[in-house]
Order: sequence, then C-alpha cells, then structure tokens
Amino acid sequence: MGTNLTIGKAINAGLRAAMEHDPKVLVMGEDVGKLGGVFRVTDGLYKDFGADRVIDTPLAESGIVGTAIGMALRGYRPVVEIQFDGFFFPATNQTFTQLAKMRRRSAGKLSVPVVMRIPYGGGIGAVEHHSESPEAYFLHTAGLRVVTVANPEDAYWMIQQAIRSEDPVVFLEPKRRYYEKAEVDTEAPIAEATPMGVARVARPGTDVTLLAYGPMVKTALQAAEADTDHSIEVIDLRSLSPVDYTTVFESVRKTGRLVVTHEATLTGGPGAEIAARVTEECFYHLESPVIRVAAFDTPYPQSRLEEHYLPDLDRVLDGVDRAFAY
Amino acid sequence: MSDTTAHEEPELIQLLTPEGELTGHPDYPLDISAEEVRALYRDLVLVRRVDSEAVSLQRQGELGLWASLLGQEAAQIGSGRALRDNDMAFPSYREHGVAWCRGIAPKELLGMFRGVTNGGWDPHALGFHLYTIVIGSQALHATGYAMGVQRDGAVGGENGTAVISYFGDGATSQGDTNEAFNFAAVNNAPVVFFCQNNQWAISEPLERQARVPIYRRAAGFGFPGLRVDGNDVLACLAVTRAALDNAREGNGPTLIEAFTYRMGAHTTNDDPTRYREAAELDEWKAKDPILRVRRYLEKNGLADEEFFASVDAEADKLGEQVRTECRSLPDPEPLDIFHEVYAEPNTHIDQQRAEFADYLSSFEGVGAEGGR
Ligand SMILES: Cc1ncc(C[n+]2csc(CCOP(=O)(O)OP(=O)(O)O)c2C)c(N)n1
Ligand SMILES: [Mg+2]
Repeated sequence: MGTNLTIGKAINAGLRAAMEHDPKVLVMGEDVGKLGGVFRVTDGLYKDFGADRVIDTPLAESGIVGTAIGMALRGYRPVVEIQFDGFFFPATNQTFTQLAKMRRRSAGKLSVPVVMRIPYGGGIGAVEHHSESPEAYFLHTAGLRVVTVANPEDAYWMIQQAIRSEDPVVFLEPKRRYYEKAEVDTEAPIAEATPMGVARVARPGTDVTLLAYGPMVKTALQAAEADTDHSIEVIDLRSLSPVDYTTVFESVRKTGRLVVTHEATLTGGPGAEIAARVTEECFYHLESPVIRVAAFDTPYPQSRLEEHYLPDLDRVLDGVDRAFAY
Repeated sequence: MSDTTAHEEPELIQLLTPEGELTGHPDYPLDISAEEVRALYRDLVLVRRVDSEAVSLQRQGELGLWASLLGQEAAQIGSGRALRDNDMAFPSYREHGVAWCRGIAPKELLGMFRGVTNGGWDPHALGFHLYTIVIGSQALHATGYAMGVQRDGAVGGENGTAVISYFGDGATSQGDTNEAFNFAAVNNAPVVFFCQNNQWAISEPLERQARVPIYRRAAGFGFPGLRVDGNDVLACLAVTRAALDNAREGNGPTLIEAFTYRMGAHTTNDDPTRYREAAELDEWKAKDPILRVRRYLEKNGLADEEFFASVDAEADKLGEQVRTECRSLPDPEPLDIFHEVYAEPNTHIDQQRAEFADYLSSFEGVGAEGGR
C-alpha cells in the first residue's frame, strides 16, 4: 500500500522514520523547529520530538556544521538543514577541513555521521543566493558522499539511508521539485530499498544515454518523451559521489552516445568528470563526443533571466541533436 | 536552561514617548526645528507607503518577493538622516528607509525584488552599498571600508568620513558579524554597527540568538554599545549622529541596538502565524513609530491638518508612481547573463555568449517556445 507524497513530504516522513528508529538522530538548523523549515520539510518534528532533538540553531552555518560534528563525535547522528544552497558557504571551513577529513585523520577511530540537507537549484523565481547548484564543490572533496533525489520514493528512502551511513552525506534536495507527487510504499523494509549509491535507469532506450540527477531528471524524461526520432535512455544518477559507473558504462556501451545535463555551471561541473571517465572507459563504443548541457559559466542571474540560464527542455533536445551530428 | 537575560530591561534611550511627549535625553541633546520634525514625519509616511505598495505588488505577481520594513521606519529614517553625504552605508536587504534617505529611487529596490537586476544603483555615487543577502557579510565590508577611510586620512575633524553597517538581531550570531566587531575594535575603525533588533529572525525569537542584550556584546570587544528605542525617530537620529561623529573624529566604533519590532511577515513568503502570538503585535502597535511623531506635532501645534493631508496626498502620488514604475521595469535581454562577469575580455564567456546568441536566433521565426 502506498502513500501519496510530495518530495518534500517524503523527506519529512523519512526524517520521522529515522528519528523513531534511532533516538540518536537529531535535526538542527535555522527555523527547523516551530516553523518546520522554510520549505516545511521538518514540519511537525519539533512538536513530536521536542527541542532536544529538533534544534532551532542560532543563525550561523559554520556554527551549525561545527556543532553537528561535535554532536556526532559524542555519538549522535545530526541531520543539519542548510536553509538555501547559497547559505552553505559560511560553513565551508567546517565541511571541507573537518567533516570530510575526520575519519582519515583519526585513522578510522572517529566517525562523523552528519547529514547535510541542502535545498538546491533554481527555477523558483528567487532573489540572489537562493538558486545555486554547488554540488561540484562537494564532489571535489574526498570524504563526503553526495546524493540527490528526483522523486518521492527516493526522497523517503535515501534520507534514511543517508542518516544510517557512517560517512558524512551531503543530501541535495531539488527545491523546484519539492511539490512533485507520487506513491511511496512507506511500509516496505528499508533493506529492500535501492542502495543510495546506485544509479537508476529511469527510462530505457537504445540510441543515446541522457544522464541527469535531481531537478533535471524530470526535464530529461520530458526530453525522452518529446524526441520521437531517437530512443533516449534516461539515467537518474542519484549518487554524485561516488558515481555508479557500472550502470553508466553499461548504458553508454549499449547506446554509443552520452549527453549529461545539470543545473550546475559547465566548467568543472559533474558532467566534466563523467565525460572524462566515460571517454577513458568506453572510448571504442562512443559514436560521438560526450555532450554537456549545463548552466553557463556565469553567476546565477537575476530571476527574470533564469529560464534562459537553466538548461531546459529545448536545450536538452538540442544537446541530443548535437550528439547525433557525428 | 536558565531564564534568558536577553530580556532584562536595560536602559532604553528614548527622546519621544509613544504618546508623543518630547522628554529629551541628557546624553543626547537634540536641537531640532519643527520643520525638521515635519520632514522626518514625511519620510516615515512615504517609506511606509513604498513598502505597503511593494507588498501589494508582490501579491499581484509583479515582484518575486518583498522584505517589508513595517515597524522599522523610525530606526531606518532616524539613522539614515544622521548620515552625511560622504558617509558610506552597508545595508542588509530590508533597509528601504535608509535607501530612501540616500536617494535610491524606490524602483531600484523593486527591480531587485522583481528579478530584473541584482543591484542597480551606483553604491559609490550614493554612499549606499548594494543590498547583501548572505547574513553578516556586509559588517566586514563596512569595517574594511572604514579601515580604508583611516588610511586615506579621512578620519578626524568636522569633515571626517564615517561608515555604518546595518544588520539584524539574527545576524549577531554569524561569525562574520563578530569578526567585524573585533576587526573594528582592534583597528579603531570609524564604523557604526547599527543592529535593528526586530525581535525575530524569521521564526526564531531573540532568545535563540543571544543570552545577553545585544548592545552589551560591544563591551566584550572593547567599544561602546547602547540600546535605543528603535521606534523613536528622534532618538535614533540623535544616537546615530553622535556615534557617527565619534567615529569620524577618530574615536572608533559603536554598536547601536535599535530595539524595534518586525510588524509584518519576514518576507512575503513567510507566515508568522505559525510561530508568534498576535498579542505581541498589538503590544507593539501601541508603540508605532509614525503615530508618536504625529501626536507630538499635533499636541504642540507644530503641524496642522493641511500638512498631514498634504503628506498623505504625496504618499498617494508616490504609491501610484511606484506601481507604474514597477510594472514598466523592462526585463533584461537574455544575453545580459554574460555581462559584467569579468573586468577584462574573457574568451570563454565570449564563446558561450556567441553560442547562446546563435542558439536563440535558431528559434527566430520558428515560433518555438523555450521553457520547461
Ligand atoms: C548566511 C545566511 N543564512 C541564512 C539566510 C536566510 N535568512 C534570510 S533572513 C534570515 C533571518 C535574519 O534575521 P535578522 O538578522 O534578525 O534580520 P531580519 O530579517 O529580522 O531583518 C535568514 C535566516 C541568509 N540570508 N544568509
Ligand atoms: Mg530580526
């Protein structure tokens, strides 16, 4: 039996399940208490779990991540909410120099199972700093796992898997897709859920592989639907670090073409690394260079321009066409 | 946890009571003419009107967002009018009243919240930096700017330059803000930290940010801090003027905590009924920053009905102007995305711009639609 949930509500239900399962799980961040977060993802948790487990923190992201590390060292499993992507940056020091390196520095004696939830990406008509796609910074940092979700099912299970992970996990939530709805079987055992490190073939196809994650998965599926000339295989990457290359290579060896799309800027974006790896491993199967459809290498523009800035259906289809120009 | 000391009643500097009685203050004598008070009243009424028009424009879909200053007019007009032309202000995102004092046209502010620009005005020309959304960042910029003022020899004497940084109660938790306090103290920088304590940081009440009154923080860093009635425009003017003068004369920073209240939602996206009591609002309504000035002017026969009517008429006109100007703000053209990323020509950006121009022109005449 399924429950009809939005992505936002599914994460909420997943957090609740994790808190019920393990008393060491805590939620902390700005406005996560009574308000339930600005996107209401922690709605109701404060009421049911109290101020000891749902902590409205002072307004300081470095403080939030730094104290979450301390709590984790004391045996807790903090789930930190960063209010918007653009406000992660004050926490860079704690994240990159401390959180990511603690296990290695301590020769494995210390574990910091912190989950950092970040609503990310654009498309909501917001003011500056509310539409960033900072995933590449995280991918570039060893010691962090990075995952993102594209549907309520994954939202529900992956937040729980992230919390159970012994490694720090950056959990990226596609804010413009928060209200996408689907049935989720919340009663199934967690062991049966697809592991969070595995990519998913969201739509099978034979002519070209279209790789997307987070907010762009929906656009990729629309592209596959719209393109009547080519059979597009859509892969939802799910885990950005590590990448499930087994699934990616298998698809590319079958189709011979790869288009990668993301909202993050082009240069040094996740697509660049995937293109390099695919070129190394699937060179003799490729019929065309790997094509990237990404945001331009400029700061995120004022919202009236974001529809031009973000890769959209037309730009993705244009990318697919470019792959067939070879 | 112990009871909070943040709500202990420290001395509140007030010159004008909510009832409109001018009490004055021994440490902050204010020599002000009736005409000047009427001008402040006009400022207060007009910025409140700009603000309420902006809220409506957001409701009508003309703005993506608006952060209302309702309730904070006196703190902003009082401090804003204390600034001199060559002083420099570093605002957060709610300082529409200070912007008004610095001569920023309302449509410039609306442009940012409409999403046609990320800034708009010339910060150097107007002595008003761009709005800063990432909480706390601008306190360091103000401090660094003030350190530059010192190195220019522009401190000391009547013509010295002073710098002011605006931020909220929530911002006092941020590392950047506290680092700014320390940099300013260590360097004796000519900067005034103007904290509008409106009691809330979105849904978090003051006690989630501070266990001591905010102004007392300054003592730990080694400079004076004081709390002023943020709904008293005369007190805000007097206190800020004194602090700016102190800075410009080379006596270093001051922290001013303007004790006020956010009468509206955090922004148009917010629903305060989820986290605060309506009774609190009523309590603060009685301390309205505009009403007390009106009462003072009326009681003392310093303004007649005609004056109040003329200000209201001016506000109506301004409201209409704001509506028209907002609706006619042009959308930027798509290739604007690539402008002003670097000072020097950049082949990489140029290439992306050229490719995107080609891509856009491929739709011309086809009637194809962009968008998701
Ligand atoms: C670094 C950072 N973190 C989070 C936010 C999101 N945010 C915007 S306003 C706000 C509350 C600010 O409260 P306060 O400093 O009291 O200013 P007020 O809005 O009350 O004027 C928060 C958390 C932000 N803009 N920047
Ligand atoms: Mg505040």
